[in-house]
Amino acid sequence: MSKKKIFVQGNEACIQGALYAGCRFYAGYPITPSTEVMEQMAANLPKVGGKFIQMEDEIGSIAAIVGAVAAGEKAMTGTSGPGFSLKQEIMGYAAMAEIPMVVVNVMRAGPSTGYPTGPSQADVMQAKWGSHGDSPSVVLVPSSVQELFYETIRAFNLAEKYRTPVVILFDEVIGHMREAITIPEPGEVEVIERAKPDCAPEDYKPYEVKDGKVAPLAAFGTGYRYHITGLYHAEDGFPTADQQYIHDTNMRLVNKIEDNKADICENEELFLEDAETVVFAYGVSAKSAKFAVKELRAAGIKAGLLRPKTIWPFPSDAVEKISKTAKKIIVPEMNLGQIHGEVERYAAGRCEVQGIFRVDTEPIHPKQIMNAVLGVPVEPTVIPDVVDFTARG
Amino acid sequence: MAERYELRFSGSGGQGMILSGIIMAEAASIFGGKEAAQSQSYGPESRGGASKSEVIISDEPVDYPKATSIDAMLAMTQEACSKYHKDIKDSGILLIDSDEVQDIPTGDYKIYSYPIIVTAREKLGKVIVANIIALGMMTELTGIVSHEEIEKAVLSRVPPAFLDLNKEALKLGFEEGARLKEA
Repeated sequence: MSKKKIFVQGNEACIQGALYAGCRFYAGYPITPSTEVMEQMAANLPKVGGKFIQMEDEIGSIAAIVGAVAAGEKAMTGTSGPGFSLKQEIMGYAAMAEIPMVVVNVMRAGPSTGYPTGPSQADVMQAKWGSHGDSPSVVLVPSSVQELFYETIRAFNLAEKYRTPVVILFDEVIGHMREAITIPEPGEVEVIERAKPDCAPEDYKPYEVKDGKVAPLAAFGTGYRYHITGLYHAEDGFPTADQQYIHDTNMRLVNKIEDNKADICENEELFLEDAETVVFAYGVSAKSAKFAVKELRAAGIKAGLLRPKTIWPFPSDAVEKISKTAKKIIVPEMNLGQIHGEVERYAAGRCEVQGIFRVDTEPIHPKQIMNAVLGVPVEPTVIPDVVDFTARG
Repeated sequence: MAERYELRFSGSGGQGMILSGIIMAEAASIFGGKEAAQSQSYGPESRGGASKSEVIISDEPVDYPKATSIDAMLAMTQEACSKYHKDIKDSGILLIDSDEVQDIPTGDYKIYSYPIIVTAREKLGKVIVANIIALGMMTELTGIVSHEEIEKAVLSRVPPAFLDLNKEALKLGFEEGARLKEA
């Protein structure tokens, strides 16, 4: 039997990945450019026995999925722009209460309501620091429609494995563009299921860490009764004022992610072996970067691409490594330099780091990246007619 | 480098330019076995305003989904034509609605002019199929997908009650496109 090939938007590929991963609950509130995520969930969840609910707002939506996860389901919500701001408090709550869930943010131009139909990459720091407190963050940044399908499955898997909220962060271009994708057969792609307690209900402690692993999460309504709170809580889930325990818990929440970077971080590497200039790019800007790097290579110029699929935790090892071999790292992004600063931090002066920033809702043009590699001055919004390969040197 | 064939469908919001792009990309990828990426750009309004849809067709996966050097462009309004024509490459193609676009751009590309909207209204009685006539003409003028591929893609996207109307619109587009090419 031939595999199912469908021609869909990124937003639909995302929900197809969610359904493949076993997501059976979605609560949302519509907002451009993420609306199709919600519409497609409304159309498809009932077909697989799932539940869809449109809530009164973005806060209600994310709170509803916390409840659905506590009741034993895999759950997701999606939003854009100001909607993501509204969800931040519960993002932190879910991190603290260790609720494995998936939040989609299809980035549009901000601040505030900004420009709803225009792409942006300016929520990349908010995705890490949006909620107060030192919170653990897992944020995936897919760059194509097919990849969005697979990365959504990976988001659910990471959420379950580490019992933490995971953000899938992409932009209007990736969300709205259409490509043909192949949906794998069930069982072809690994789907991680939630660890369930094997002890008697009276012995269950929802935050008891054994062998460094997160505690299994019992579903409400299955006889296991426990307490969930955003306050620092002891192993039984009830609040604690034990300062050592508070310290240890905050460290554990952050380090369960940071210590597992090797598992969580994934990168695509192109021509890095001998690259003199490396473009570090994610999401829509990585599409421009890949095009530019291939054009440059065809002209005999030693350019390479490092494309993180996971932006948080930050792929610091990969940046450190290329900063030792490359002369220059170029960071194109549709914001005013949010990830550029992180790259500078881990390149630590070993090589030059140059940013290309664009916030006029047009994706960064491949020619802007080519010019930066060639050493031609780059204007933020001016696209040169011709890229002059001879200008180098 | 992989060969890219770039198309841009432009007009006013509500004229079906995004749908035209989707159908063209589907014809190339699902029915034609090639790689295709379709993207769009539009304002916050649901009707009016300049709207464009771009399709990149290639033998390999499309790295960058936006147009860089356009092989063929359709402009259904003056605003869209003025705003979006500058990326057409030398030896490219521009198809304009002759009633809508009065200020015709100059460039080293071939310009085809045809009263697409008026023809939809007068010959088929429905302005809404103007985009399908245009799609037929673009297929004929570019040859980037076959008649069969585009017809399958059109018919898979329209409601059953409008199959015949759309088939007719497409056929009209093929014929008028062929006439323009010969002229």
